[in-house]
Amino acid sequence: MIERARQALLGAACLLFTVCLLWAVRHLVALPAEQQALSVLLSRWLPDSGVSHPVTAVLLNFRSYDTLLEIGVLVIAGMVGISLARTSALEDPAMRSADPLLHALLRLFLPLLVLLAGWLLWAGSSRPGGAFQAGALLAAAGVLGRLAGLPMAFLRPGTLLRAGLVLGFSVFLLIALLGALDGRAFLAYPPGLAGALILVIEAGLSLSIGMILLALFVSAPVAPEEDADGGPPA
Amino acid sequence: MTELWLDGLLVCALLATAAGALLSRDLFRAVVMFIAFGLLMSLAWVRLRAPDIALAEAIIGAGLSGVLFLDAVSHLRRRPAGGAAEDD
Repeated sequence: MIERARQALLGAACLLFTVCLLWAVRHLVALPAEQQALSVLLSRWLPDSGVSHPVTAVLLNFRSYDTLLEIGVLVIAGMVGISLARTSALEDPAMRSADPLLHALLRLFLPLLVLLAGWLLWAGSSRPGGAFQAGALLAAAGVLGRLAGLPMAFLRPGTLLRAGLVLGFSVFLLIALLGALDGRAFLAYPPGLAGALILVIEAGLSLSIGMILLALFVSAPVAPEEDADGGPPA
Repeated sequence: MTELWLDGLLVCALLATAAGALLSRDLFRAVVMFIAFGLLMSLAWVRLRAPDIALAEAIIGAGLSGVLFLDAVSHLRRRPAGGAAEDD
C-alpha cells in the first residue's frame, strides 16, 4: 500500500517536472532572437576567441575555468578508480578473447578509431567535435583492444600512467598561469595566439581523457576468485 | 509533415527503450535497451541541432557506459547472488 502510494507520488512529481520543462522550453522559444542575450554576446565576441565554432569558444575560451575544473574532477576520478583496483595483472589471460573475428575487426578498427579521434580533435575548432569526444573515442579504441586481450602495460601504475593522467590538466594550468604571470588575467590567452593555444590544450586534454576513461575501465574491480595471482612481470 | 511523424516516432521509441531499460527483469536485456536508448537519444540531439552533445552521447552514453554495464553484468553473473560470504 505504502509502496503503491510512493510510486504514485513519484509519478506525479515526474509529470509535474515534465510540464514545467515543457513550459520553460516554450517560453524560451517564444523569445525573439534579439532578447536571447547570451547568443548575441557570443556571436559578437566569437571572432576574438580564436576558434570559429561557438561551442568550443565557450568551453575553451569564454568559460574555460569550468573546463579546467572539469578535467581536474576527471583526474581525481581516474586516481580513485585506479586505487580501487584489486587486480595486479593488467594482462588478464581470462579476458583474452580467442575470437578470430574480433582480432580481424580490431586490426581494421584501431587505426580508423585513432584517425577519427585526431580528426575530431582538429575539427573541434570549426565544427562539432573537440577534446572530450576525441578522448572518449581514444578510450573506446583502448577498450576494444582490452577486450581482445592486447597488452595494456602502459596502464601499469608508473611514471607513464601518472604523466598521462595529469598531462591535460597540467598543460591547461600552465597556460592559464602563464597568462596570469604575463600580466593578463588568469586563463586569458595572449592575443593572436588563442587558436593555437586552444589546440595545444585540446590535444593534451584528449590524451588525458582517453587515458582516464580507459584506466577506469581496465581497473574496474575484479571478483576475488578470478583475481590473477600477480602474474610474472612483463 | 514527414518530419513531425519521424520525430514522433523517435519520441515513442525513446520512451519504449527507456521503459524497457527500467522495467526489464533481465539485467542483460536492460543494458541492451540502455544502449539502444543512448543511440536514439543521440539521434534526438541531432534533431535538436546539438551535434556536439549528440557525439558525446553516442560515444559515452551508448558506447563506453554500455561496455562498462555489460562488464558489470558478466561479473554479477559469474558470482551467484547467494555466495557473498567470500566478499571482503
